[in-house]
Amino acid sequence: MTNTPELKLTPTPGQTIGPFYGYALPFEKDNELVNHAHPNSVRLHGVVYDGNGEVIPDALLEIWQADEDGNVVSREGSLVRDGYTFTGWGRTAVNNVGGYNFTTVNPGATDQGKAPFIMLTVFARGLLNRLFTRIYLPEDAAALANDPLLASLSEAERQTLIATREADGSLRLDIRLQGEDETVFLSYPRES
Amino acid sequence: MSANTNALDPAATTATQEEISAEISSTHEDYRQQLLAGKKAETQPRVDFAPYRSSLLRHPTKNLHHADPETIELYSPAFGQRDVHALESDLTIQHNGEPIGERIVVSGRVLDGDGRPVAGQLVEIWQANAAGRYVHKRDQHPAPIDPNFTGVGRAITGANGEYSFTTIKPAPYPWKNHHNAWRPAHIHFSLFGTDFTQRMITQMYFPGDPLFALDPIYQSITDQDARDRLVATYDHSITSHEWATGYNWDIVLTGSNRTWMEEEEGEH
Ligand SMILES: [Fe+2]
Repeated sequence: MTNTPELKLTPTPGQTIGPFYGYALPFEKDNELVNHAHPNSVRLHGVVYDGNGEVIPDALLEIWQADEDGNVVSREGSLVRDGYTFTGWGRTAVNNVGGYNFTTVNPGATDQGKAPFIMLTVFARGLLNRLFTRIYLPEDAAALANDPLLASLSEAERQTLIATREADGSLRLDIRLQGEDETVFLSYPRES
Repeated sequence: MSANTNALDPAATTATQEEISAEISSTHEDYRQQLLAGKKAETQPRVDFAPYRSSLLRHPTKNLHHADPETIELYSPAFGQRDVHALESDLTIQHNGEPIGERIVVSGRVLDGDGRPVAGQLVEIWQANAAGRYVHKRDQHPAPIDPNFTGVGRAITGANGEYSFTTIKPAPYPWKNHHNAWRPAHIHFSLFGTDFTQRMITQMYFPGDPLFALDPIYQSITDQDARDRLVATYDHSITSHEWATGYNWDIVLTGSNRTWMEEEEGEH
């Protein structure tokens, strides 16, 4: 990435989502990438915490992921879900105790041997700009060991990005905006 | 009578505006010294900005970790006419009557860092009404709700990245950051690019707002040129005869990574 081209225009600054998005951004079935009745539906859930370990009740999360076969889809219909079309994108406002839930499928590997992950974006009152991170599936140990991003992290940092598979098949990952177990948040090339 | 000044914020910090402003000035002065010492200009808000009290426990303390974007990160969800009705960009026609306030049109383009239009993508906005009140159950500001104004709009950008909203000019409103804290008038904007790494949420402001200097959210952007990028321009060519005044605001997202990575791959 050494020859990342310079930007021609300077990006517009972000700002906090603030406290009052609740009547604007959530929509019906926003967190249902697939219907609960889908045979391979998976619950992705967790809790969002602040630097004191208190839950954050006013965060908004978005996920973006490949389908079960590892294909990146480009399909309209996220905002008006028909219950059949997988669009790969979902949104949810956390509940009063910081909890979030998505109904989705396990993303497939986008290339053979690649560790499958879900992209996550965090917005919150008090958070002045959005944060990006990845939620890796825990199963493919060889792929996780070969993942370039995970390889560049300490073991403790790595654990903040790898979801736990619970007994009921659900995926769990808590998000910590600050503190000892702070989630690893990402920057990408060409941000400024 | 000032009996009502604290009614909104029994839990508010006791910091005064003077204290908050002094903290802002101090950070900005440090930034000016950095610039003089040759450091690169900042373009984004600081996430660690103590004058905005809610940020104290809600910002990462470690540096962001560099990631080379892969697959899913190089694409964005698709939105279109199936998702958004054309009428959703007019916030003044969502009820039976005309909303109270100054009717305005806000239009502009969504571009990426290479200057390319972001076409066919979702833009969402939300805002307070002409009295500074949100239709949100947690907004306790004792200003009137307008039964004819919800303050939520959506649009899909056109082929040149263009968008246009018809709405009502929002008013400033008080909040609980410190004693007698007021937000400058603003419209919240949510934007998608061609890569999901370009996803952003921000706020658009109006020119000449006297509250700019006092607002720790706006001033969390330490660089004046960067702050100016959040301020719309009054544009008489958008203003329409006997109907609405007009503002222009263009939004620049970060650079697409897919485009240049594909170009590089093509060279092999
Ligand atoms: Fe606001």
